[in-house]
Amino acid sequence: MTTLAGIALMTLGVGFLLVAAIGLVRLPDALQRMHSATKAGTLGTALVILGAMLLGEVARPSTGLLTILFLLVTLPFGAQLLGRAAYLSGTPLTGIGDDPLGPEMDTEAGADRPERTVTSSPPAGRTDTGR
Amino acid sequence: MSGIDLPAVAAVLAVVLCGALGLAGWRMLRGPTIADRFVAFDMLTAVAVAFSALTAVATGRSAFLDVALVLALVNFVATAAFAIFLERKGRG
Repeated sequence: MTTLAGIALMTLGVGFLLVAAIGLVRLPDALQRMHSATKAGTLGTALVILGAMLLGEVARPSTGLLTILFLLVTLPFGAQLLGRAAYLSGTPLTGIGDDPLGPEMDTEAGADRPERTVTSSPPAGRTDTGR
Repeated sequence: MSGIDLPAVAAVLAVVLCGALGLAGWRMLRGPTIADRFVAFDMLTAVAVAFSALTAVATGRSAFLDVALVLALVNFVATAAFAIFLERKGRG
């Protein structure tokens, strides 16, 4: 029973990682790709490690639990840092009509950031891709 | 164990995971901006953690779970360093 549960958890986790990778390829801009990679990627990795803990008879549970805890604590933090950096460095955004943080950022840290190209709709030909 | 071949199951899952590895690697090579490449790197490290957990199941050695822990630690430091680099580069 434990074996079956472990295999099911690992299969689910690998499926989530695959979905995250597909989203990484198909979504149109950097922040949306980050949305796919961090959320589904974190869940998939945590499920795979949980399944490995259930399957491995010799594994110390503390290592697996520590890994999962560390992933859950640090991956959103890293994603926040990366998203802030991507926004400040002027990455092109799609699907947002205007730049809502623009006026605030002009007086704050991003005073002399490069110009951003904001398009209100996805580029032609990618209109119906995976959103 | 009820007759389930654990190494074979882990091998099949690793082959499926190779698809995720290929897709993330394609985005890393292709990525139009540096931020895309960093996001793809983040994803690649998550896939590597999953690979080492699968290897721990396939070989029955719990040391590979320690490898997964270290990869997760290094991933955070690398992501933070890349983010700081990208922020400075974008401003300067």
